[in-house]
Amino acid sequence: MKIQRKASSGTMQSSDLMVVVEPSETLQIEIESTVKKQFEHLIRAQITTTLEHLGVQTGRIQISDRGALDYAIAARIETAIKRSSEE
Amino acid sequence: MKLRRSLLYVPGNMPGMLQNIPVFEADGVMIDLEDAVPLQEKDAARLLTRNFLRFFQNRNKEMFVRINPLDTPYAASDLQEILPALPDGIRLPKADNPEIVERLDTLLTEQEEKLHLEIGYFKIIPSIESAQGVLNCVETAKASSRIVALAFGAEDYTASMEIDRTKTGEELFSARTRVVWAAKAAGVQVIDTIFSDVNDMEALRAETVLVKRLGFTGKSLVNPRQIEVVHDVFRPTPEEIENAVEVMEAIKRAREMGTGVISLRGKMVDAPVVTRAARTLRSAIAFGMIEYALSDEVIHGEK
Repeated sequence: MKIQRKASSGTMQSSDLMVVVEPSETLQIEIESTVKKQFEHLIRAQITTTLEHLGVQTGRIQISDRGALDYAIAARIETAIKRSSEE
Repeated sequence: MKLRRSLLYVPGNMPGMLQNIPVFEADGVMIDLEDAVPLQEKDAARLLTRNFLRFFQNRNKEMFVRINPLDTPYAASDLQEILPALPDGIRLPKADNPEIVERLDTLLTEQEEKLHLEIGYFKIIPSIESAQGVLNCVETAKASSRIVALAFGAEDYTASMEIDRTKTGEELFSARTRVVWAAKAAGVQVIDTIFSDVNDMEALRAETVLVKRLGFTGKSLVNPRQIEVVHDVFRPTPEEIENAVEVMEAIKRAREMGTGVISLRGKMVDAPVVTRAARTLRSAIAFGMIEYALSDEVIHGEK
């Protein structure tokens, strides 16, 4: 899948996250999180896995995390990517 | 038969609620993709719910998903995403006639074949929630062998009737009765509507007592705080259990004397009384309240 335009998903509620994606020539992942110190590497790993799974190679991915678990991170990323790649 | 006293709605687009499902003490949950999710978030809720079902493999309660009505553009995608994540079944909104249930049955069979599951893996709970649905529910209840319970939905029903819903519920009496008849005749469970005022536990209790009397076997809930009240009402009281045991002992004595009817403290005990007592005992056994060896021979007598 390819990021065609700016799109977002998720909420700022506890245990959720906001994802904003937009086209870019390289892959940039920016993470803001309430648990950044302890978990940034795990959040990044989950994002990378999800992007690989969806075949996304480039784009700017901004995350505002509110302590989301992996399944929610994966779902919100997939939703944002699908919204950004729809015809 | 599986206990389904409390089926708790959980919004399908809220991770904070979804991941609490394992700790809720409801008998089952219904993850909601319909009314709790705004139109522009249908896609997000579907993926989040799918991931949740995949992620929580260790299921400690039944998990149904309320999909969007089959006549909306969302239902097909709901099923396509959700079913591979193996929910226990589908709560089908707006089951206004048997054909709607039959259509869902066919769609579920197709997915089961694709996923190499046994046919009938996915259960169905149709929601009877309109005037038309109430009129047709006798047939709807028999529309598929997947149906484990009929559910009554009073919010949409009162909207379709152009009336207000009250806390005492007189306006629901005839519809509730008909839904119970349909379910009992089809041999399935029957789940009452939600009670939306989460701060009024007294009125919730009164409504639950009423629907238990009418024959409902459980209730849909909107808040985990309501679980305890509903379980408390559906649990047999110590007096009911004691009376049921006495009825069983009385009928055994009667049979020893070669009769099928006997008097217990001035009241007649015969086959239907014994059947009701057996139901009370079965439910007390299921709640772990008593140990009692209940067999068909005790209930119906030796042939």
